[in-house]
Amino acid sequence: MDRLAFDIAHLLAGGLVLVSFMMLYQDRLYALLNIFAVHALVLAASVGWQAHIQDAPHLYVTAGIALVFKGLVIPMALHRMIQRLGIHREIETVIGVGPTMLAGMGLVALSVAVMLQVTEGADPIAREDLAFALAVVLLGLLMMVTRRNAVSQVVGFMSLENGLVLAATGARGMPLVVEISVAFSILIAFIVIGIFLFRIRERFDTVDVQALDRHRGERQ
Amino acid sequence: MSAITGLLAGIGALLVTALGGIAFGRHAAGRLLVYGTAMLLCSAMAALALAHLLDPAAAPSTAWLPLGLPWQGALFRLDALSAFFAVVIGLGGAVASLFALGYGRHEHAPGRVLPFYPLFLAGMNLVVLADDAFSFLLSWEFMSLSSWALVMAHHQERDNARAGYVYLVMASFGTLALLLCFGLLASASGDYTFGAMRAAAQGSAATLPVLALALLGAGSKAGIVPLHAWLPLAHPAAPSHVSALMSGVMTKVAVYGFIRIAFDLSGEPQWWSGFLVLLVGGATAVLGVLYALMQHDLKRLLAYHTVENIGIIYIGLGLALAFQSNGLPAAAALALTAALFHVFNHSAFKSLLFFGAGAVLAATGERDMERLGGLIHRMPMTAFAFLAGCIAISALPPLNGFVSEWLTFQAILQSPELPQWALKIMVPAVGGLLALSAALAAACFVKAYGIGFLGRPRSDAARDAKEADAFSLTAMFVLAGLCLAAGILPGFVIDALAPAMQALLGERMPLQAGVDWLSIVPVAAGRSSYNGWLVFAFIALSASLAVVIIHRFASHARRRAPAWDCGTPDPDPATQYTAGSFAQPIRRVFGTWIFAAREQVEMPPPGSTAPARHVAVVRDLLWEWLYAPVAGAVAFASGRLNVLQFLTIRRYLALVFLALVSLLLVLAIWP
Repeated sequence: MDRLAFDIAHLLAGGLVLVSFMMLYQDRLYALLNIFAVHALVLAASVGWQAHIQDAPHLYVTAGIALVFKGLVIPMALHRMIQRLGIHREIETVIGVGPTMLAGMGLVALSVAVMLQVTEGADPIAREDLAFALAVVLLGLLMMVTRRNAVSQVVGFMSLENGLVLAATGARGMPLVVEISVAFSILIAFIVIGIFLFRIRERFDTVDVQALDRHRGERQ
Repeated sequence: MSAITGLLAGIGALLVTALGGIAFGRHAAGRLLVYGTAMLLCSAMAALALAHLLDPAAAPSTAWLPLGLPWQGALFRLDALSAFFAVVIGLGGAVASLFALGYGRHEHAPGRVLPFYPLFLAGMNLVVLADDAFSFLLSWEFMSLSSWALVMAHHQERDNARAGYVYLVMASFGTLALLLCFGLLASASGDYTFGAMRAAAQGSAATLPVLALALLGAGSKAGIVPLHAWLPLAHPAAPSHVSALMSGVMTKVAVYGFIRIAFDLSGEPQWWSGFLVLLVGGATAVLGVLYALMQHDLKRLLAYHTVENIGIIYIGLGLALAFQSNGLPAAAALALTAALFHVFNHSAFKSLLFFGAGAVLAATGERDMERLGGLIHRMPMTAFAFLAGCIAISALPPLNGFVSEWLTFQAILQSPELPQWALKIMVPAVGGLLALSAALAAACFVKAYGIGFLGRPRSDAARDAKEADAFSLTAMFVLAGLCLAAGILPGFVIDALAPAMQALLGERMPLQAGVDWLSIVPVAAGRSSYNGWLVFAFIALSASLAVVIIHRFASHARRRAPAWDCGTPDPDPATQYTAGSFAQPIRRVFGTWIFAAREQVEMPPPGSTAPARHVAVVRDLLWEWLYAPVAGAVAFASGRLNVLQFLTIRRYLALVFLALVSLLLVLAIWP
C-alpha cells in the first residue's frame, strides 16, 4: 500500500510537471487556457491524494478550491476576457518552442538536483513533491519570461502558484489557513490583473505588454 | 536616585524639550525656552556626573530600559570614564546653550535649529552611557543624524548641502566600521552587552581587525587624517553654537568610543596597536595644523585645528596603549591622563574660539579673515576672550592647553623604557611632530588673531561691527575662566581623572593634592614638575611691572609719525598684512609637497593697463588621491547600473528568473 501510495503521488506530481511543459508550447490563447484548466485538475487530484494518504481532511478543501477556482472559474473568466478583448487569434512567443522546451528540461533537472541534495533524509514523498513543485514554479516563471501577451503572463503566474500549493501540501502539517490565504491572495491578484488588463486595453488597444514599453519611450 | 537614573531622566527631559522646539520654533519665546531649559538640564547633568566622578566610593551604576532589542533591552552604565565624558558634554552643552540664548537672536531659521539642538545633546549623552552595542550604535547614529540636521539648517547657503552630504556619507562609513567592530567583539563573547565583551576579552590579546575598525569608525567621527574630510566642511556650516558643540564635544564622544573599545572591551593591548595609533595621531596633528594655516575662513580654520587637537589626543592614547602593552601601567596612566586632560581642555577652548568666531560672524557677517580686522576696538570684550582661547590652544602657559601638552611630552620622555625598537624610534619622532604642530598652531593663531582683531578694518562690515550681547560674552568668559582655572590648578583635574585610570589601566598617576605649592608632579619630584600658579603669578607680576615702569618712567611726549609703508604711501586698508601673506613662508616650506602649492605672478604685457596678479594655488592632495577616485568609481558604477532603472517588465522578470536559477545552480553545484 505504501509503495502504491508513493507511486501514485509521484505520478500525479510528475503529471503536473508534464502539463506545465504542455503549457510552454501552446501558442494559441484558448488552448493555453484549456491546458491551464487541466493543470489545475491534476493539481486537485494530487492534493486530494495527499489528503487521502496523509489523513488530512482539510487538504480536501484545498483540492476543492483548486478544482473550483483554478479549474473552472478562472479559466472561464479568462475565456470571457479574451472574447471581450477579441484577441483569441493572437499567436505569440518571444523565444522559439524548441529552445523553450530545452530550457524547461534544464530547469527540471536543476530543481531535482537541488532538492534531492538539500532535503536529504526527509520524508521521501515530501522530497519528490518538493522537487516537482520547484520544477513547476520554475516553469511558470519561464513562461512569464518568454511570453509577451499579458493574458499568458497571468496564466504563467497562476501555474507558478499551483506549484506553490503542491509544495505546501507535500509538507505534512501545513495548516489550512495558510492554503486558504494563498488561494485568496491569488484570487485577488487575478482580479487586479484582470482590471489592469482592461485598462491596458482601453488605453493602448492591445494587451501586448510591449505597447507599455513603447509608451515609456523604450526601444525594444 | 542613583546618578545614572538622574542622567537618563535628564536625557528624557532633553527629548521633551525638542518637542517644545517644534511647537515654539518660530517664536522668540521658543529660543529662551529651548536654550534655557537645555542650559539648566546640561548644568544639572554635568554636576551629577561630576559628583559621581569625584565620589571616591562611587561604584559603576547601571540601569536597564525596556527599549531596543526585544530580548535584551537597553543597558546603561555610568563608570568613571563615562562620567568624565558626561561632564565634558554637560559643560559644553550648558555653555553653548548660554551662548545661544544671545546668539540665537541672529538665527534666521530657528525652526530648523531648535528642535534638533536638544536631540543632539541627548544623543551625545546617550552614547557615553550606553552599555550594550545596540544602544551604543543607535545613540551614535542618533547623534550623527541630529547633528546632520543642524549642519543642514542653512541649506540654502552655498556649499552647505555638499557639506551635509559628505558628512552623511562619512558618518555612515564610520557607523559601518563600528558595527563590524562590535560584531567581531560579540563573536568572541556571544553577546552584545559590553559586560559580556569585557568578560570575554579578559586575558586575551586584542586583535588587529578590532583595533583597525575601532580606529576607522571612531576616528572618522573624531576627524583623524585621512578621514577628516567632512569635518572642516560640516563644522563651519552649522550655526556657531552648534559648531562649538560639534568641534568641542562631539569629536570627544568619538574619542570616548575609541577609548571604550581599545582600552576596555578588546582585551590586552598589543605594542603594534600603540604604534598604529601613534602614527595616525602624529600625522593628524601635523597635517591638521598645516591645513589650518592654509585657511582664511575663520570657522574652517578652527575646524582644522580640531583635527590637529584630535591628533594630539590620539598621540596620548597611542602612548598609553604602548606603555600598557609593555607592562608599564604608571607611564600608561600618565599618557592617558594627558589625553583625557586634553579632551577636557580642547572642549573648553575650542568652544570658546567658536563662540568668538560666531560673535564676529554675527557682528560682521564675515567668516573670511581677509575682510575682518580692527575688531579689538569695536568688540574689545570678545577680542579679550578670543585672545584667551588663542593662548590656550597655542599651548602657552599659564593656560590649560600647555598643561596637557606638557603632560603628553612627559609621557613621551618615558619612551626609553619601551623594549620594542620600533616604538623607541617612533615615540621621539612623534614627539617632534607634536612640537612642530604646537609651534605651527601658535603661528596659526597669531595669524587668526592678528588679521582678524588687530590692524585696520578691511571691510565696511568690520568697521561697523558692534560688541556681542551679554549672554554670549558671559559664555565666553565662563570658558576663559575655566581655561585659566584648569591651567593654574591642573592637579585637581588629574586627581579627578584618577578613578578612570584605575578602572582602565589598574594604575593611576601619583596623587597631586598633597604636592606642595599646588605644583603637579607627573612621575617623581626629582624628574619634573610644573606650577601653574607660579607661572601665572610671574607673568602677571612682570607684565604689571613693565606697565608701571613704562607709564611711570618713560617719556610722555606724544609723537605722531607715518607708518612704514614701503615707500608707497597709500591709506587703503588693503595694503595691510594679510592672512595669505602671513601664511606664505609656511606654504612655501611645507605646502609645496603636501598641498602641491604653486605661486605664479601674471605680469600684464607692456603697455597694458591691467593689474599684475599674484596667484597662489593650494590643492588638497588627500582629497584628490583618496576621495575623488572613490567618488569617481561610485559615479561610474552608478552610471552603468542606471540602465537597470529603465528595463521592460519582461526583462525585470527575466532578471528575477535568472537570479533565482543561478542561485539554485550554486546550491546544486556547491558540495
